[in-house]
Amino acid sequence: MKLEKIHMRVQDEKERSCNFEEVALGYTLEEAKLEASRCLDCKNPRCVAACPVQVNIPGFIKYLLADDINSAYYQIYDDNILPSICGRVCPQEKQCEGACIVGIKGEPVMIGALERYLGDYALKNDIIMEQHIVENGIKVAIVGSGPAGLACAAGVRKMGYDVDIFEALHEYGGVLKYGIPDFRLPKDIVETEINRLRDMGVRFHKNVIIGKSITIDQLRDDGYEAIFIGSGAGLPSALRVAGENFSGVYYANEFLTRVNLMKSHHFPQSATPVKIGDNVAVVGGGNVAMDAARTAKRLGAKNVFILYRRDKTSLPARLDEVYHAEEEGIDFRLLRNPVEFIGENYILKQVKCEVMELGEPDASGRRRPMPTNTFETFDLDSCIISIGQSPNPLLKDTTEGLEVNKWGGIIVNDHQTSIPGVFAGGDVVSGAATVILAMGAGKDASVEIDKYIKSK
Amino acid sequence: MYEIVAKEILNKDVDLMVIKAPLVARNAKPGHFIILRVDDEGERIPLTITEIDGDLVSIIYQKLGYTTRLLGTYNVGDSLSDFVGPLGKAAHIRDIKNVLGIAGGVGAAPLLPQLKEYARRGVKVTLVIGARSKDHLILLDKYKEFCDEILIATDDGSLGTKGFVTDILTELYKTRKFDHTIAIGPLIMMKFVVILNKKHGLKTDVSLNPVMIDGTGMCGNCRVTIGDKTFFACVDGPDFPGEEVNFDELLARQNYYHEEEHVCNLRLVKK
Ligand SMILES: Cc1cc2nc3c(=O)[nH]c(=O)nc-3n(C[C@H](O)[C@H](O)[C@H](O)COP(=O)(O)OP(=O)(O)OC[C@H]3O[C@@H](n4cnc5c(N)ncnc54)[C@H](O)[C@@H]3O)c2cc1C
Ligand SMILES: Cc1cc2nc3c(=O)[nH]c(=O)nc-3n(C[C@H](O)[C@H](O)[C@H](O)COP(=O)(O)OP(=O)(O)OC[C@H]3O[C@@H](n4cnc5c(N)ncnc54)[C@H](O)[C@@H]3O)c2cc1C
Ligand code: SF4
Ligand code: SF4
Ligand code: FES
Repeated sequence: MKLEKIHMRVQDEKERSCNFEEVALGYTLEEAKLEASRCLDCKNPRCVAACPVQVNIPGFIKYLLADDINSAYYQIYDDNILPSICGRVCPQEKQCEGACIVGIKGEPVMIGALERYLGDYALKNDIIMEQHIVENGIKVAIVGSGPAGLACAAGVRKMGYDVDIFEALHEYGGVLKYGIPDFRLPKDIVETEINRLRDMGVRFHKNVIIGKSITIDQLRDDGYEAIFIGSGAGLPSALRVAGENFSGVYYANEFLTRVNLMKSHHFPQSATPVKIGDNVAVVGGGNVAMDAARTAKRLGAKNVFILYRRDKTSLPARLDEVYHAEEEGIDFRLLRNPVEFIGENYILKQVKCEVMELGEPDASGRRRPMPTNTFETFDLDSCIISIGQSPNPLLKDTTEGLEVNKWGGIIVNDHQTSIPGVFAGGDVVSGAATVILAMGAGKDASVEIDKYIKSK
Repeated sequence: MYEIVAKEILNKDVDLMVIKAPLVARNAKPGHFIILRVDDEGERIPLTITEIDGDLVSIIYQKLGYTTRLLGTYNVGDSLSDFVGPLGKAAHIRDIKNVLGIAGGVGAAPLLPQLKEYARRGVKVTLVIGARSKDHLILLDKYKEFCDEILIATDDGSLGTKGFVTDILTELYKTRKFDHTIAIGPLIMMKFVVILNKKHGLKTDVSLNPVMIDGTGMCGNCRVTIGDKTFFACVDGPDFPGEEVNFDELLARQNYYHEEEHVCNLRLVKK
């Protein structure tokens, strides 16, 4: 067995830091098969146990090796309806690949890359799993078209329900559209996946804010027997430091929405601008921070630096994204914690940071950053705060009896909320998490919804 | 798509449009607003709902920059790409005997539904309305239907008193008392009205208009400092107690994209 993985080709680092084309280029069939041949076909596959939706990994790999690409795709699709997307964005090193036995002595099997290959193959060749839907005429409403909502919609639709998805924005896909940039997840992939759901008979309604345009109670009056809330974790967390509302200080959501949803990189063809200047700081160390930093670079910023209060090994972002960011010239200023923004006439000019050092491990197991009472000040034109999101409170505020925990997450029991017949899943329950966890929750909720309706 | 079913030109800068949007109309109340996109490449802009009639929603907009001017080129029978709402918190209608409304320019549009609701509840309504000139005053006829008293200021004196609304207020407060005031207009007007009202011990509700994108509390673009706390105007507002608003910070935020707005306008000339 080969210990080294087959590397995925990537776009040249100089070229790509000026464009929004996808960075990682994917495997060819040959490369995919070579990589697949490194799998040991374990009896008790640790990779499967470590995947949040238990994709049958050795199963699809066997089909791939046997040149039965369609069956390989169907095998994944059973557990994960969006393999093209998960193959690209799952934190594989913490999940399937992190557990792969080959990874003990060498590099793990590149499960994500294989999944991406199969997903893309199916999209390109229009391979669709035959499903015979027996209509039952019972209406189910889905709130939000992010991964949780899409997975739940697909689940209940397959069982014959009449499904309407309501989305607040003017495009579908949630964070897949407005958050994750094109250079990581091209938007035509998301669009094609959504069209497949349309072909299955799921109806999509944009510009509808549940809680405002239609309340949860009104949805019931309109004849929906069950409702699934997949409204995500849309509320940006604040640093809570002086000067945070100066012009030039953005939350990542605003910055990324301007670019990804409103296409400000095509300004003035597209009417929404974005302005960042030459020196850009990004606060945070997760996927959102990497996306913001790399986007800023592509918009032409000369110096983009990450301010993160811990050290490099603690960065929560996907490994690939950290590598790619470094290659693209993003400057990591670690152990720096912003304590104040300094401005002139309410326009940002500088950020003052406290230098941190690492103390004892905290609840997360990582060493806790400790203040040192030494400070550094950096000049900058804009700062993008990317330190997390919590569930959007809009539905809680407009729905009587909908219980949430102290972080604002909707409380569920077997995916059902405190209101009978109203289910929830994804980031709105868990707080900001991952695409695959949101999809898993949506899919599991579809099973509970079916049980609930049948038992009525 | 959202069909334009009626359009009225109120003056050379301001139009009224009636849009068919049943899901906006269903739960809309005075004080709510919508966000629209004219076409597929358009930006999202917020406008106050001025009237609801069945499935129909009226908006009044000042043709100020790219998007509002583009909107102005649309006519009955055309459709808008996106139209979402109702957004924001409905106006808090207080239990009072008399109210003073202060409108500047196109601020007369968002103020209308609030004052009308007060009048409907039998509250005595006084309006002070200001604009650049007689031709820029809007909605006077609609206000006349329910206001007990209307005082007009124009910058050039072409109608009413020559000067600003604050000039009228200074005179008015010499003889009159009000339970509460609502001021809606340019930020700078609201700022000075609040300063004046404070001196007279009067509370002022203001309606803030920061730049917005989603309107659902997701992006944080619309944040405003009230007291020493941050609020998102799209979900927590747009109405706030004027005394606590940091107007200077908001003015800076509003003007931040000034140059880019200009670039956009050049494009409209070419279109
Ligand atoms: C920039 C960024 C990068 C990320 N990178 C990764 C990554 O690499 N890998 C990974 O696994 N995860 C990543 N994540 C996290 C991942 O995207 C989320 O965990 C996932 O999208 C959550 O899915 P969801 O369906 O719960 O919510 P969302 O994707 O947030 O979708 C919720 C949808 O509901 C809509 N909505 C909200 N309220 C209402 C309402 N009242 N009525 C109607 N519609 C409503 C919203 O507009 C939105 O479209 C990233 C997140 C961000 C922001
Ligand atoms: C809650 C709310 C209610 C409003 N109600 C009305 C109304 O009833 N009638 C009316 O004429 N105007 C209203 N406005 C203001 C209106 O949204 C702006 O005039 C409009 O966005 C200008 O866009 P533009 O492209 O034509 O002009 P631009 O040249 O782009 O901008 C002119 C000015 O408008 C503001 N602006 C620009 N883009 C936005 C945006 N996306 N969101 C908010 N402000 C922006 C900025 O202050 C800018 O300096 C309201 C604003 C808010 C926040
Ligand atoms: S869904 Fe994600 S975690 Fe599961 S196998 Fe695929 S890439 Fe790995
Ligand atoms: S753990 Fe690794 S080697 Fe074993 S089945 Fe999974 S992918 Fe193959
Ligand atoms: S407009 Fe985005 S949070 Fe208010």
